[in-house]
Amino acid sequence: MTDDPLFADARAVAGLLDAIRHVAEQLARPTTFMEVCGTHTQVVAAAGLRRLLPASIRLISGPGCPVCVTPVGYLDRALALAFLPDVTVCTFGDLMRVPSSTMDLEAARARGAHVAVVYSPRDAVRLARSRPDHRIVLLAVGFETTVPTIAAALAEAEDSALNNFLVLPGNKIMPPPLRALADDPDVRVDGFLLPGHVSVVTGWHAFRFLAADFGLSGVVVGFTPTDVLRGVLELALQVERGRPQVVNLYSRAVTPAGNPTAWALVERFFEPADTGWRGFGQIPGSGLALRPAWVHRDASRIPVELPPPTEPQGCRCGDVLRGVVDPNQCALFGAMCTPDAPVGACMVSSEGSCAAWFRHEWREGSSE
Amino acid sequence: MTRRLECVLLAHGSGGRLTRDLIAGSFLPALLNPYLAPLADAAVLPELPPGRPALTTDAFVVDPPRFPGGDIGYLSVCGTVNDLAMAGARPLWLTWALILEEGLEGALLETCVEGAARASRETGVTVVAGDTKVVPKGKGDRLFVTTAGLGVVPPGRDVGDHRICPDDAIVVSGPIGDHGATVLASRHELDAPRLCSDCAPLSALVESVFAAGIAVHSLHDPTRGGVLSVCHEVAARSGLGLRLFESALPVRPPVRAVCDLLGLEVLSLACEGRLLAWVPADQAEAAVRAMRTHPQGEGASVIGRVDQVRPHGVPVVLETRIGGLRPMDDLSGMDLPRIC
Repeated sequence: MTDDPLFADARAVAGLLDAIRHVAEQLARPTTFMEVCGTHTQVVAAAGLRRLLPASIRLISGPGCPVCVTPVGYLDRALALAFLPDVTVCTFGDLMRVPSSTMDLEAARARGAHVAVVYSPRDAVRLARSRPDHRIVLLAVGFETTVPTIAAALAEAEDSALNNFLVLPGNKIMPPPLRALADDPDVRVDGFLLPGHVSVVTGWHAFRFLAADFGLSGVVVGFTPTDVLRGVLELALQVERGRPQVVNLYSRAVTPAGNPTAWALVERFFEPADTGWRGFGQIPGSGLALRPAWVHRDASRIPVELPPPTEPQGCRCGDVLRGVVDPNQCALFGAMCTPDAPVGACMVSSEGSCAAWFRHEWREGSSE
Repeated sequence: MTRRLECVLLAHGSGGRLTRDLIAGSFLPALLNPYLAPLADAAVLPELPPGRPALTTDAFVVDPPRFPGGDIGYLSVCGTVNDLAMAGARPLWLTWALILEEGLEGALLETCVEGAARASRETGVTVVAGDTKVVPKGKGDRLFVTTAGLGVVPPGRDVGDHRICPDDAIVVSGPIGDHGATVLASRHELDAPRLCSDCAPLSALVESVFAAGIAVHSLHDPTRGGVLSVCHEVAARSGLGLRLFESALPVRPPVRAVCDLLGLEVLSLACEGRLLAWVPADQAEAAVRAMRTHPQGEGASVIGRVDQVRPHGVPVVLETRIGGLRPMDDLSGMDLPRIC
């Protein structure tokens, strides 16, 4: 969709940039906005928007790449499960190359661990049906956009009494980390570009607390360059007027209340729980755990031996995820840590800030 | 003629009667020609036409082995023929070897042999030698194909990256990414009825460009790794910069949709029936016209140019539709699908 000419029109972009420049001149001070969602990070980088914006408006990336915020202990557990003789771990492709305390899943598979890449949670259910001798463990990672599909897979497994389908709960929800960011004195953000896909499920009212409780601006936007620039313009206007609000500019997909059917399915299986985020530590109520009725599908109850969780030395993924530093301010960026040999999770997924910067931003002093 | 093959057995690879039955029943009827017919240890061929011989080898492991628009047999012959054509060679003969997994369904084998035969008829390039091995169940994934191809570069023709110059135009023969998108969609059972692989032989298309008098500098088929990998290879070999124009890239809507859905870069998706040609700027339009006269080149267009100076030292850049300039990094490892 980012390449759809309808939304990547050069004239529309030029007009929006003019308007943003005009507002920026009225602003009393430099302004920082955070794009929360990993897909926005990718759009911003791929379209080169950061360089097109006036210098006084800075865009930083937030914690919206699910792979990036998954703590290393989760990966250690996934890896240990994959080495059990009767377990096959199913994962979305992004997680394959995220380093754990020892190795990544790709390296584990080469050493004999049972790891299968799936594109949909239902692929894992299908695998469970065809391998009754194996316990199939789906790595349940992702935000509100992904959780309903995992709940649907659980429902399918329940309906067909497939008792060898399990999940390793690791899903997270977006509002709590945004609350944590808004509360964090290290993080100086004037407004948020809010995640469009997540809002399709949650509804945009889920983010109104940003203005009500913290006096911060927020705007839900879609995923084309013009969507993002409209969002930046709206945020800049709000800062200029001094009237922070949360608004929805993605009304072609997002409603105030979201998708209650999808969320009801999620609530059938999951309940809020405290969970750890890379870079943030424990955030109350930010995770989703299986309800007690479904403990037989909870792979975190399978006993495994775990190494002490070790974060890679020198890696600043945590600071990048909170928007405290830009990716290129990490000493490892581009030298020790590249997409070919990622040290930190943010360099793995195409939606990770570091990978997006590495692939699409001009690197200082880059030359042959 | 023997009975129709239901299922491949280990004994089909033993060299005994079953092997002979397999060859006589499944392979020869489709692929027979005077050089293959003696079934000798080596095919003895006539003298080569004038020019420099070109030799290539390739292995095919595509999963699934049957996909909309082709199969591993058709793909293997096209792929080998195309590798020769990209060197400016006129392809002449192929070898074709199969590694079959015990239990392979006979119908699939038949499809692939027929696919190879069809590509052979379309190109006039015959299979002159072959081999079959069977591995125990679980030791291979249905069937693998390896080939070798022999052709001749006609006297006076010189095609290669050493000839690429600044200002050369980059021409693509048609929409990109169809093969990669189709195979991925088939693998993941995405219901995408409008997707079809572009798998096709390119030797006749290449000859029609030369026949139009175009001074082709270099040719590449953007298979594994797609247009982007080819561009990075060319940039590295030539030391020059490559600039692609986003608004000029021909991408069919269903391919675009699969890329959006799975989070893939279309420039990294494989094509199996497309070529990229580096031609002098003043012949770009003539090259496009020449390609468009050929069925394989109907969608030809200019998609980029060669720069003497690399912007910011970056070897491959994309001029985006909104007027930005984006560095295009080469694919790193597998292109990972996104999860949200």
